[in-house]
Amino acid sequence: MPKDGGIGASSKRREDVRFLTGAGNYTDDINIRGQAYVHFLRSDIAHGTIKSIDTAAAAGMPGVVRIFTGSDFEGVGGMPCGWQVTDRHGQPMQEPAHPILAQGKVRHVGEPVAAVVADTAEQARDAAEAIVLDIDELPAVVDMKAALESGATKVHDDLNDNLCYDWGFVEENKDAVNKAFDDAAHVTSLELVNNRLVANPMEPRVAVGDYAKGTDDSTLYTTSQNPHVIRLLMGAFVLGIPEHKLRVVAPDVGGGFGTKIFHYQEEAFCTFAAKACNRPVKWTSSRSEAFISDAHGRDHVTKIELALDKDNNFTAIRTETHANMGAYLSTFAPSVPTWLHGTLMAGNYKTPLIYVNVKAVFTNTVPVDAYRGAGRPEATFQLERVVDKAARELGVDPIALRRQNFITEFPYATPVAVEYDTGDYHGTMDKLEEMGDFAGFAARRAESEKNGKLRGLGVNCYIEACGIAPSNLVGQLGARAGLYESATVRVNATGGLVVMTGSHSHGQGHETSFAQVVAEMIGIDESMVEIVHGDTANTPMGMGTYGSRSIAVGGSAMVRATEKIINKAKKIASHLLEASEADIELKDGAFSVAGTDKSVAWGDVTLAAYVPHNYPLEDIEPGLEETAFYDPANFTYPSGAYACEVEVDPDTGKVSIERFAAADDFGNIINPMIVTGQVHGGIAQGIGQALLENCAYDENGQLLSASYMDYAMPRADDLPMFAVDHSSQTPCTHNPLGVKGCGEAGAIGSPPAVVNAVVDALQSAGKDVTHIDMPLSPDRVWTAMNG
Amino acid sequence: MAQVSMTVNGKAASGEVEGRTLLSSFLRDQLMLTGTHVGCDTSQCGACVVHVDGQAVKSCTMLAVEAEGADVATIEGQANADGSLNVIQQAFQDHHGLQCGFCTPGMVMSAAALLKDNPKPTETEVREYLEGNICRCTGYHNIVKAIMAASGQDVSAIAAE
Repeated sequence: MPKDGGIGASSKRREDVRFLTGAGNYTDDINIRGQAYVHFLRSDIAHGTIKSIDTAAAAGMPGVVRIFTGSDFEGVGGMPCGWQVTDRHGQPMQEPAHPILAQGKVRHVGEPVAAVVADTAEQARDAAEAIVLDIDELPAVVDMKAALESGATKVHDDLNDNLCYDWGFVEENKDAVNKAFDDAAHVTSLELVNNRLVANPMEPRVAVGDYAKGTDDSTLYTTSQNPHVIRLLMGAFVLGIPEHKLRVVAPDVGGGFGTKIFHYQEEAFCTFAAKACNRPVKWTSSRSEAFISDAHGRDHVTKIELALDKDNNFTAIRTETHANMGAYLSTFAPSVPTWLHGTLMAGNYKTPLIYVNVKAVFTNTVPVDAYRGAGRPEATFQLERVVDKAARELGVDPIALRRQNFITEFPYATPVAVEYDTGDYHGTMDKLEEMGDFAGFAARRAESEKNGKLRGLGVNCYIEACGIAPSNLVGQLGARAGLYESATVRVNATGGLVVMTGSHSHGQGHETSFAQVVAEMIGIDESMVEIVHGDTANTPMGMGTYGSRSIAVGGSAMVRATEKIINKAKKIASHLLEASEADIELKDGAFSVAGTDKSVAWGDVTLAAYVPHNYPLEDIEPGLEETAFYDPANFTYPSGAYACEVEVDPDTGKVSIERFAAADDFGNIINPMIVTGQVHGGIAQGIGQALLENCAYDENGQLLSASYMDYAMPRADDLPMFAVDHSSQTPCTHNPLGVKGCGEAGAIGSPPAVVNAVVDALQSAGKDVTHIDMPLSPDRVWTAMNG
Repeated sequence: MAQVSMTVNGKAASGEVEGRTLLSSFLRDQLMLTGTHVGCDTSQCGACVVHVDGQAVKSCTMLAVEAEGADVATIEGQANADGSLNVIQQAFQDHHGLQCGFCTPGMVMSAAALLKDNPKPTETEVREYLEGNICRCTGYHNIVKAIMAASGQDVSAIAAE
C-alpha cells in the first residue's frame, strides 16, 4: 500500500496551489516603489575593438536616468571564476579578466557594452538604440581546433593563446593505457560531437537591485539556484560589499537546469546601479537576450577509443576532448569538462585503465558552463556510444557486452579517482528488459517495416556522481568553495516547525519533500512543517541546488539538525516525565517512557521549551532551534539503464520516439511522484539534445539559433509517454537518508539511447551508418542514409 | 497614450497605455495580475495565454488597445468561487503536471480552451493542441495526463505514479 504521508509517500505538492492560481512570486513579479529599468546594449558582433561609445544623444532622451559603460567599472572587480583547474604539466589554467561591461574589446555576440537606466523599460530600450557604438571588427574565433592552431587570432590579447588548459587524467596512467591499446585484441574508436545547448528555463533571468541609503544595505532579487553563492561572489569579489550588508533573495524561480547557478554581470550591475542611481534598478531578460547571455551547455568534440581483449573484456579507454569555454570563464565552467566528466569515464564498467585528455578552448562565443548533468552527459554519451559501436563491430549483443563488463562488487574504486559505494547494474538492466518488452521488439519492427518505416532499439547504461561534494576533496581539485549544505530547524512554541535550508527549490518540490522527511522523523503531520529557502536574510549559509545535491546534502543537513532537535526535546521530555533520558522514546509525535504508559505530547514539550516554568534550566537552554552543516563524505552514485525505440521514415529521415523506458537506482526515495517527474523532465531534455536542439554559430560568431523560431525546443507532440521505474534501490551508504539524487539522471541517460536506436534502425536496413552527430535532424539522418 | 477599458476576470478594469503596450504588459504591470507570464518574445512559448472573449490568446501578441471592451480571463480568475482549485487545476496538482510553475498558467488556460472545444481529447489531440505551449520541466507526460484526467477520462493505464 502506498503511504499517505512521510518518507516514501507521493504527497501532493503544496507549492502547486500558488502556481496554479497565478499567486507565485517570481522575480519579475517584484516591483519596488520608485524603481528604474535597465536595458543592456549588447555587442552584435563577435570580436572587435571598441573605438567609441557615443551616448550623448541617448542621454538626452526622455526618462533616461544614467548611462553606464565599461569605464564606469574601472576599479570594480570582474566576474570571478569559482574553479581553478591545474593542467597536465602542473600549471594553473589561463584565466582572463571578465568585465561587467565590455572594456576595450567585445568578445562575443551578446556581451554587454553599455547599460541605460531609465524610468521605464521602454524608455531604456529606446535610448539604448540611440547609442552610437563604433567597433572595429576582428576575425572571430569560432571553431575550437582552428582556435588552437599557431597564429590563430587570440580571444584575449593578454593570454598566451586560446588554450585555457590541457588536462590529463590520470596523467600517471597514460603510458599504461597506451600499452593496453598496443596489446588489445580489438579497438573501437569513435569521433563525435556533444552538441552545444541552451538550458532555456521557461522563466528568463531577472535581477532587481535595491539600496537603502540610510543603512547602506544592498539587496538583490535574482533568479538564482544559489543565493548565498551569489552573495559571496558578488559581495567579496565584484562589488566589495561585505556579506552582512548584502542580502540576496531568489524567490520562486522558474526552472534553472544549471544556467541559474552562475553569477552574471546583470546581477552585479543592478546591485551597483541601485546605489549609484539611488533607485531600485530592474532588469528583465527577453528570451532573445537569454540566448546570447545565459551560459550555454555541453559543446565538446571528442575522440574516444575502447580497447578489448580477445574475450571482449574492456581493457582500456582513451579519450581526447576539446571543450568550448566560450569567450570568458563562467563561474564553474572549468570544472565541467574535467572533474565532472573525467571522473565518470569508467561508467558502469570495470575497465582497469583510463586516460582522459581535455583541452579547454576560448572562442568568440557565449560562455559555456554547467547544464543539467554537466560533464556527466558528455562522459556517458561517448562511453555508451563507443560500447554500442564495439558490440556491432564484434557482432555481439550490446546488452550482453555491457553485462559482461559490469562492475558487480561494491565499494568499487575506479581508475578515475572515485569510489562507487553501491549499485546493482544487472538489477536495473533486468528491470529495463522487463519494462521495454525486448522480446516483443522483433514483432514491432516487422509492423513498422510493413508501414514503410525502419525501427530501431537502443539501450544504454549510465552512472553519475551526485550529492556534490566533499569540500576537502573538491578543494584539492581546484574548487574555490566548500560544497556542504546547511539547515536550521526552528520549532515554535505551539509545535510547528520552520526548516530554513540552504538548498533552493526551482521546480523540484522541496517545500513538499523536505517537509515529508522532518514530519516522518518526529511523527507529526507534514502540514506542521514549513520549508523556507531562497533568502540569505533568513536561511543559514548554503551552497544551493545543482548537481542533484539537494536531498543528499541539503536533506542530510536537515536530518542532522532535526536529530539535534529531537535529542534536546527528549531531554525536556525526560524532565517532564521524571524519567531517565535514555528511556525516552519518540513515536507518532509523542514522547513516552519505555515500558510504561507515561507520555507527553510533542506540543507539550515544545511549549515547555519556550515557557520554561517546569524546565531543567540548570542543564539546558530554553528554546528549540538547531542548525547543522553537512559536508558529504563522498559523492552519491545513481545509476540506471535506458531503452529507446524509434521509427525512422526512410523517405524524410524523420525520427519519432515510439517507446522510452528508464530503470533508475536512486537509492531510497522520499516522494516517488516527484522523482518520476524529475526523470520525465530529464528524458525530455535528453531527447531534445538527441533529436532537436542545437546552437548553430556561423563562421563570424553569429548565433543563428537564437530564438524559439530557430532553436528547436521539445514540444508536447515531439515526445511519447515515458515508462519510468525506480524500484531498484541500493541505498547510499554514507548519508543518513540513503538517498542518491535524481535531478539529472534523465538528461544523462537518454541521449545515447536515442542515437543507439537510430543507428540500429539504419543498420537494420543495411545502411553502413555507425554514428550520426546530434541533433539527429531529418536532414542529418537522411544524409547519413543516402550520403 | 490611450485609455483602455475591459472586463478582466469579471471585473471592470481600465488604464492608460501606450499604443505599443502589449496586453501581457497591461495585465502584469498595471493590473498587477502577475500570474500571466512572459517566457519569450516570438510568441512561441505560450506562458502568457489568456482568454479574450472566450478564445485562447497569447497576450504577448495582442496590444492592450485591441482588447478594448473585451472580456478577458486570466489564471487568477480560474479557481472555483470558494477559492478551491477548479477541475483542470486540481488535475494538474493530482497528476504532478507542473514543476517550476512558470509555464503553468498558460498550460491551464490552453487546457481550458481545448476542453471547451473538445471535451474528450485523445492523447494525440492534447499533444497537438499544446504545440504552442512550451514546458521545460515535465517532459509533458504529466501535463497530458492531467488534461485527459480533467476531461473525465481514465488515465490509470498511463505509466508512472
